Amino acid sequence: MRIVVIGNGMVGYKFCEKMITKSAGTVTELIVFGEEPRPAYDRVHLTSWFDGKTADDLLLASAEWYAQKGIQLHLGDPVVQIDRENKTVLSHKGITTTYDFLVIATGSAAFVPPVPGIDKKGVFIYRTIEDLEMMKAYAPKATRGAVIGGGLLGLEAAKALLDLGIRHTHVIEFSSRLMPRQIDEQGSAILQTKLANLGLKVLTGKNTREILGDDAITGLQFADDTILETDILIVSAGIKPRDEIAKTAGLLTGPRGGILVNEQMQTNDPAIYAIGECALYNNMIYGLVAPGYEMAEVAASHISGDIKAFTGFDMSTKLKLIGVDVASFGDPFTDPESCHSIVFEDKYKGTYKRINITTDGQFLLGGILIGDASAYNLLLQTTKNKLVLPANPEDLLLGSSRGNTDTGAGVTALPDEAIICSCESVSKGSICQAVSDGYETLETVKKCTKAGTCCGGCTPMVKDLITATMKAQGKYIRNVVCEHFAYSRQEMLDLIRVKSLRTFDEVLDHYGEGEGCEICKPVIASILASLWNDMILDKGNDTAQDSNDRYLANIQKGGTYSVVPRIPGGEITPEKLVVIGEIGAKYNLYTKITGGQRIDLFGAHLSDLPDIWAELIAAGFESGHAYGKALRTVKSCVGSTWCRFGLHDSVSFAIRIEERYRGLRAPHKIKSAVSGCIRECAEAQSKDFGIIATEKGWNLYVCGNGGSKPQHAQLLAADIDSDTCIRYIDRFLMFYIKTADPLTRTATWLNKLDGGMDYLRNVVLNDSLGIADQLETEMQLLVDNYKCEWKEVVENPELRKRFSHFVNAPADKDPTIKFETMRAQKKAAEWK
Amino acid sequence: MSTIHTTATSWFFACKTSDVPTNGGVCVKYKDEQIALFYFARRNEWYATQNLCPHRRQMALSRGMTGTVKDEPKVACPFHKKTFSLKDGRCLSDETECAITTYPVKIVEDRVYIGVDMETAAV
Repeated sequence: MRIVVIGNGMVGYKFCEKMITKSAGTVTELIVFGEEPRPAYDRVHLTSWFDGKTADDLLLASAEWYAQKGIQLHLGDPVVQIDRENKTVLSHKGITTTYDFLVIATGSAAFVPPVPGIDKKGVFIYRTIEDLEMMKAYAPKATRGAVIGGGLLGLEAAKALLDLGIRHTHVIEFSSRLMPRQIDEQGSAILQTKLANLGLKVLTGKNTREILGDDAITGLQFADDTILETDILIVSAGIKPRDEIAKTAGLLTGPRGGILVNEQMQTNDPAIYAIGECALYNNMIYGLVAPGYEMAEVAASHISGDIKAFTGFDMSTKLKLIGVDVASFGDPFTDPESCHSIVFEDKYKGTYKRINITTDGQFLLGGILIGDASAYNLLLQTTKNKLVLPANPEDLLLGSSRGNTDTGAGVTALPDEAIICSCESVSKGSICQAVSDGYETLETVKKCTKAGTCCGGCTPMVKDLITATMKAQGKYIRNVVCEHFAYSRQEMLDLIRVKSLRTFDEVLDHYGEGEGCEICKPVIASILASLWNDMILDKGNDTAQDSNDRYLANIQKGGTYSVVPRIPGGEITPEKLVVIGEIGAKYNLYTKITGGQRIDLFGAHLSDLPDIWAELIAAGFESGHAYGKALRTVKSCVGSTWCRFGLHDSVSFAIRIEERYRGLRAPHKIKSAVSGCIRECAEAQSKDFGIIATEKGWNLYVCGNGGSKPQHAQLLAADIDSDTCIRYIDRFLMFYIKTADPLTRTATWLNKLDGGMDYLRNVVLNDSLGIADQLETEMQLLVDNYKCEWKEVVENPELRKRFSHFVNAPADKDPTIKFETMRAQKKAAEWK
Repeated sequence: MSTIHTTATSWFFACKTSDVPTNGGVCVKYKDEQIALFYFARRNEWYATQNLCPHRRQMALSRGMTGTVKDEPKVACPFHKKTFSLKDGRCLSDETECAITTYPVKIVEDRVYIGVDMETAAV
């Protein structure tokens, strides 16, 4: 049997996947023709391309996968003709092939309204990776942007413009509200306000009459004679099914496009199927991926001799638009005759929730959630499975905002047949079974069941199911610090702050068990330092510090220590350089320039540390905190003081920042850099926070990382002045310190953060949690409490006493320490 | 250095109790040996072990963090966080690692004594 598939989009790929499974053991040949140059990719997450995902990351399966499965894949080669009589297709490159069954999965194209001037430069559609590449290439010329179409895709496209750095973007919608298919007027109003806060303006009821500009677009003229100036335009006014080839072949199509299919996805030619957005079932085009996948399943089943039927599909949807939750499920707009609606609106927080329930109050029919869609999965399942509502249905809306987050009961109440992942049709039963079979993490359950691998909307519910199933088996383990503290780091931080605890012992007395250990001690010590910034060796907290913090130096091979004085911004006078050289020679230290623009002195005996630091401090140095999970260096390029390209004085700003955050302790080390221009000599985009000078101010990037898994920092705010930049850094760092797990760098923290960069930007720039002032105050407290801890040790005989190797022979050094010589300096003897 | 002789163990004076940080350790020199001494202030218990971590043969255990695992006192080496029981010296984090020697400790008023074998003490 030979099956030819026309189109290699998400649905075409899914058909191949289903067909391979169903045809196992039979001789089935699959030949795929795709128009795009690359194999099927995840179009649902197209915008993540702007967040740094590559085209390869988005691929659903690599070309090797097709080869392995014996699928012939012809890319960049669309089918141009179907000969139904001889059952052959002809491709653009001239390949002719016969078929037993033909599956058309050509998808849809963007509908571009015939507005005069629509062909001008700077007008784009938003559909393929190639579209994104063209937009990205054009975007640097643009400062103002516009999107025609306020539907789901239009808003995604608007986000893409923001991601491209175009901060002044308008969305133009023909109807009176945004997302007219999904949400009502009231919901749209709330959504518009929220989007406006993020810099996205919305114009509704606007009919575009003409695109203005000579060669390239300069603006839009509307039917009401108003004009909107813009440099770039994305048209996202809907889709039109790709049915040209079917039409030419004499297959029946709908009056407004779409290939007519029956319940088995067959066209009027029983050997030809149509699936996905090119198929018209019951007068409806299904423009979402989940029904497309269902169609792929139905067609593959039918070809394999099974009978399944496509009988329409629930168009419920949940998405995060620029950090704002929007969801619509079941029937969002039932008429007041046949149902009651319960509406909850909070204009201050920007949330709107509506549920429609049957007049007898028994069942949920559908609803809308804006601003907070955490209840979506549960409400959707309650609707789909016709679960009887509680006596007070409003609890469904208010539950989470009343602090009652016990959705676990809701998940367990669902029947085993309840479909949790509607994209992949995975039931609750199969997920629970997978967990019982030992797949106990989200990643393994995803791999095993495919749940949550498509739109990801069901992920929270899958997580809840894993937790609930493991709990039922008595296996559930909370993300607690260790056996001594039954709380997460974030919980511990809150508890310690509320009770104003200052020592590890007090914390253990209040919330712990046993004596603590090498895991919880540094965590608690770090929290105490992040909250109060007391001297870390005081109050008996010295022995709770990690070994390096306890001796304020990094232990090296052989048991000696390294010494790193702070050199803010990497700027140092010749006189100070001489001092470092003299101290290095006096104490016989190996010296090396570090990657962070300072000097590391290795091979110091424990008992020499206070003397070395006494000399450094006398010469005006202070601790560099190279031993702590703390701010390390703020690297800088030379900047505008010397560099002929420099826009601003990056060295001065780096020094200001390093001196502000020096000694700041965090869940992990923090690095920073300031570059004086776009050439980025300080490599700021590889730092936890990095700053790059622009013509108008500074661009602030956050959550970059070098190390084993390098990750570029992402733009948090553009063209801000120095004070604003510091305010945002205060908020960013404090938010990180308060919420990250132990030993989690900012990059990993962001990767795990629900809502990602949009969420973080909302918290830091738009104060969406209402905590910005608090974060700044807390940071200021730490800044004001800063003292050089080495200076305190040097001046305190009791603390100095701790820096000897032998308690009963303080003058003796460890006699087992051995050095070797290399390139005229010493090095630690190799260990065994 | 004063020593007190008992039947099988010889006790030597290590240091004053106040010389040892609460819930931490110090290194005691005994002839050519190095002994790590630990004080668990919350339960008023004292432990002593060899100072050498057998993993990379580093004189480091006295600078390690102390703690418990299911009530068993332990120390973690600052180099690679191998943990050792202070009761019997076995490595808790790696079964294949050598055990460390432990020594008895006794406190007389404010003085800490560590017990070593007669053979060692007889020099």
